[in-house]
Amino acid sequence: MSTCVPVYLSTFARVHLSTSHILLWLLPLSFLALAFFFPLSKILALTFSPSTFTPENLRNTQHVVLFTFYQATLSTLLTLVIGLPPAVLFSRFDFRGKTLLRALTAVPFLLPTVVVAASFTSLLGSHGLLNTILQSSNSLFPFFPLSSFTLHPFLAILLAHLFYNTTIIIRIVGAALSNLDPKLEQTARTLGADSLRVWLKVILPLLRPSILAASLLVFLFDFTSFGVILLLGNSQLSTLETEIYFQAVRQFNLPLAALLSIIQLLSALAVSILYTRLVTRNPYPVSPRPTPSLKPKSIQQKLFVTILCLLLSAFFILPLASLPFRSFTRLEADRGQRGDVQYGFTTDYYKELFINRRGSVFYVPPFQAIFNSITYASATVILSLLLGFPAAFALAHPSRLDKLLDPLIMLPLGSSAVMLGLGFIITYGKWLASPWLVPFAHTLVALPFVIRTLQPAIASIPQRLRQAASSLGASSFEVWKNIDLPILRRATLAAATFAFTISLGEFGATLLISRPEYPTIPVAIERFLSQPGGLNYGQAMAMATILMALTTASILLIEKFRLPNNNDF
Amino acid sequence: MLQLNSITKSYNNKPLLDNISFTVAEGETVCLLGASGSGKSTLLRIIAGLESPDSGLISFGGVDLASTPPHLRDFGLVFQDYALFPHLNVNDNVAFGLKMRRMRQDEISQRVASSLELVNLKGFVQRSVNDLSGGEQQRVALARALAIRPRLLMFDEPLGALDRTLREGLLNGLRSILQKTKVPAIYVTHDQEEAFAIADRVMILHNGNIIRAGTPADVWANPQSAYVAEFLGLGNVIEGEVKGKIKSGEWKVESSVGEFVVMCKHKHSKGEKVHLLARPIAEQNNRWSSSPARAERTLSEGEVEDEASRDVSRPEGRIQNTVQSVVADVIFQQDKYKVTLDNGLYVYLKDAPKIGKKISVRVKIECLG
Repeated sequence: MSTCVPVYLSTFARVHLSTSHILLWLLPLSFLALAFFFPLSKILALTFSPSTFTPENLRNTQHVVLFTFYQATLSTLLTLVIGLPPAVLFSRFDFRGKTLLRALTAVPFLLPTVVVAASFTSLLGSHGLLNTILQSSNSLFPFFPLSSFTLHPFLAILLAHLFYNTTIIIRIVGAALSNLDPKLEQTARTLGADSLRVWLKVILPLLRPSILAASLLVFLFDFTSFGVILLLGNSQLSTLETEIYFQAVRQFNLPLAALLSIIQLLSALAVSILYTRLVTRNPYPVSPRPTPSLKPKSIQQKLFVTILCLLLSAFFILPLASLPFRSFTRLEADRGQRGDVQYGFTTDYYKELFINRRGSVFYVPPFQAIFNSITYASATVILSLLLGFPAAFALAHPSRLDKLLDPLIMLPLGSSAVMLGLGFIITYGKWLASPWLVPFAHTLVALPFVIRTLQPAIASIPQRLRQAASSLGASSFEVWKNIDLPILRRATLAAATFAFTISLGEFGATLLISRPEYPTIPVAIERFLSQPGGLNYGQAMAMATILMALTTASILLIEKFRLPNNNDF
Repeated sequence: MLQLNSITKSYNNKPLLDNISFTVAEGETVCLLGASGSGKSTLLRIIAGLESPDSGLISFGGVDLASTPPHLRDFGLVFQDYALFPHLNVNDNVAFGLKMRRMRQDEISQRVASSLELVNLKGFVQRSVNDLSGGEQQRVALARALAIRPRLLMFDEPLGALDRTLREGLLNGLRSILQKTKVPAIYVTHDQEEAFAIADRVMILHNGNIIRAGTPADVWANPQSAYVAEFLGLGNVIEGEVKGKIKSGEWKVESSVGEFVVMCKHKHSKGEKVHLLARPIAEQNNRWSSSPARAERTLSEGEVEDEASRDVSRPEGRIQNTVQSVVADVIFQQDKYKVTLDNGLYVYLKDAPKIGKKISVRVKIECLG
């Protein structure tokens, strides 16, 4: 697409374009400088202050770094082992409901981490469905005590990571698997390899690059995971991300928080660079005639497909369904509630969101959080479109300068949200009382997505199309109205919805910089969950259900607007 | 050696192979010729054991293969796009089947070397397969299939992805290898020239059936059906109607391009529809007039109209049929001209007539039944 542009533009025009590109870059770059690079430099400065490298801080750092790598490695291995069979399932077999099941496995990845964490507590937590049902059954069958069930926090974290990252393995490895030439396998068979050795000697070696790439991506997500660890780790387990938050907000040890952020940033950067290098040079050519997926034929195949479908459905549906179910079901007495407790269906948790109780977690009715979230999200949409459009226009037909600036603008994507929040605290601490810092932080997170959505759409409008239109008699306004606008409208809507969704679910940065009286939905969920009592728990479930519904609606909108050949990863 | 008995296979309830039976003798090269989608590749995969037939038997050396999985059949298979393992170098590709047979390392290297020598790729052992040219890749694929000393070699359009000159060279090499090793082979292609060049026996697959089988010369001389004649590109296939018997084995047939006298051993009745084959062979005397001298003159002057009505049949004891029509197109083809006439027929002529002239040409008419 972009190759036709240099042909079209004369050298003269290109020189002029570069100067106009500088104008395009002015706004986005100033924003990045103020919201990202300046705070980053402050964090760096703080890291290398003498108060950072105390023995206690270093001991703490070592412990946290080790645990972070440990949990990320373990989560990745688990995800890989569990994700490979479904990757085979989706790329090799045809069965009824395949598209639906495949979409289902991608849902957790698209939901905010807070919702994923809340879903897991709703099913497996101490207030969760499983535990409360087991406890009530204990009173029914006193001679056969099933005792209580609570998931170990570490196991809960691993499961949640598995829950939202399996789709990465399924997509990347599955795509590679279905792109394999079926004749390679057939040849190996005729040369004397049985099916086990076909897998060991031919298929797995050929899949190695994609398995490695997918694992790195999963590792990156597990490594930077924040919401899941904070909410499911019961504040006993701490990774770099959560420790930055604890040190900055609870201990107010900003130097240690700064040190941890820099370690976090460098590690994440190293993994992303490794991933990019791996993806850009895949050594094996893709087959023009990929392996077709077939209906399962033999008994083993039918068994494999059926069992895996059942397991996948259970694993992905149960947590997602138990969240809304739990938000409408009273299973335990509220705190301080006396007398008979009405178990079963209730809308109390939702009604309670509108009441500003004394002694509750908030200074405002919890419902206010929904209003705040939507306001912030709208502000984020406006801001990120305002900054994203000029950058996307510059990057659509990039000059050499633009290509240099491109990774710069993507950098916030690789850095953790908690670090972004920390930078805001350190740099703009005096304005923390204002609610208006939040949309700026959200814009920082959303901007790379907005640019990456707009840029291909702008680049996809071929000059020839405009030329053809004008040769057919359209004035330049009519060209813009009839060619550019219809094409960009879809992309703009998609980008706006992206920004809106990201802002709605943003947790890490918001938790650090939001004012207690201006909570967002994810912040409110965290606070409800960190408080004791059935009512607080129920309200967390209600809030998470609302967020899940809002996000699902947004995702469906994006899917509708997205350009057909725009890939996820 | 290999024997197929009533092999039947259908896809999505559409029959693809219908009751296919044939044998391949020791050292014989059999060519399966068919249009794309005729099921010839499927038939190969069924013989290899990669797919199972809906019904029918396959046996080799009298042993039923139904319960023999593909990796125990010892049948080599070479694909059009080579299917070389991209993660292995030339040596490991050729050694793959030997390693699967758990052969000793020194024996493996010896076999790899001799296989590569057979296909003229000595010294390619350590090369990456991704750096090889198409022809070299195909020879590695062949060496890999030969290395396991297969009981049967199968080729699925092995030269289809290569250009013409490379194809001729590889075809000659392949033929001499097959003769040297005496491995029975099945060669699948849609290219009749390739088939005729390599096969001891040709089988033409159409609508799931083998509609013609025989030596290349036999099939070429007696296509026996309109489809085979058309598929092999033997000439113009014309529909005609039998007008009557002239004498034993000689019939009068009318068609849209004229009335012909046709030799045919089969019995026909009046009014019967038959297919005729008019071969466009460039014979010395196949000109648009009986006398070469006249032809030169008419060519130079561009006057053929008055010659056109002349009866050019000559009393040679052979039946002479002629066709009259206006020249629609002339294409130069090295030693001859392909001349397309207004009535749709094409003939090969030694000299080029002018477009738009009415000419009369002698044609050899055969009955396709």
